[in-house]
Amino acid sequence: MLIETINIVLLGMLALTALAAVRLHDLFAVTIMFGMYSLLAAVVFVVLDAVDVAFTEAAVGVGISTVLMLATIGLVGRHEQRPAHRPLLPLLVVAVTGAALVYGTLDMPFFADPAAPVHQHVVPYYLGKSPEQTGIPNVVTSILASYRGYDTLGELAVIFTAGVGVLALLGLRRRKRPSKEHPTP
Amino acid sequence: MNVAGLYNYWIVILLMMTGFYVVISSGNLVKKIIGLNLFQASVFILYISMGKVMNGAVPILREGVTTYSNPLPHVLILTAIVVGVATTALGLALVVRIREAYGSVEEDDIHRQDESL
Repeated sequence: MLIETINIVLLGMLALTALAAVRLHDLFAVTIMFGMYSLLAAVVFVVLDAVDVAFTEAAVGVGISTVLMLATIGLVGRHEQRPAHRPLLPLLVVAVTGAALVYGTLDMPFFADPAAPVHQHVVPYYLGKSPEQTGIPNVVTSILASYRGYDTLGELAVIFTAGVGVLALLGLRRRKRPSKEHPTP
Repeated sequence: MNVAGLYNYWIVILLMMTGFYVVISSGNLVKKIIGLNLFQASVFILYISMGKVMNGAVPILREGVTTYSNPLPHVLILTAIVVGVATTALGLALVVRIREAYGSVEEDDIHRQDESL
């Protein structure tokens, strides 16, 4: 019961942080709100037994993403112009989509239900066979590196492509650019 | 209707729609990418919520524990987090490049300049 209460409070805090991020127009503040949001999400993951995910989110989501966003804001400026048009159409689209998704959840198995279909298919096999087949007590690691190793290989391909893309966009141009827009002091 | 059983999903939907709203209503490209990240993190919470088992333990096998939470969503989300930061980096690099080419990261300014070409 304690776990459920902590879960409910943390999710409420997440919702407040997200709404604050929408209302702010200073991009620095929005970025810090995003960092808080990721950190709260990492705490939710600890509560929901996903410790591996929690420390990845704390390192990558809170650390690297926030630093990347701050670096970008340093280059492009931190103030957002207020949108000229009224937000009615986006609000309508969001409300309709949200209502459709809520309708979709009505058929879902309840939170933490042990009989949910997601727990029945391959997971009992992984939990039962992992120690003898891989020798790793952490089942998350054994699935990531062994049973689903090809997924991880695909992930590496994506990261490599993104890295090449970033270098192509920024890395090679830096040297030959004279500082035309930003005159040196 | 079991509200407590669906509470996680509904909060996740609220968070998703918040991120979606930022993406479609904000004119600033950096804020759009932050909205995309909010959306993405809420999807992570949806998956991890589905993996929780009542009275389950962290899926690290040890003596004396019989009920574990589902490790499969954890693996999928580990992959998704890392892929997410890679795509965020690519998006932000594009924003910096757009700033160099147009001198602005506001969608309206960029459209105006494109039309005047």
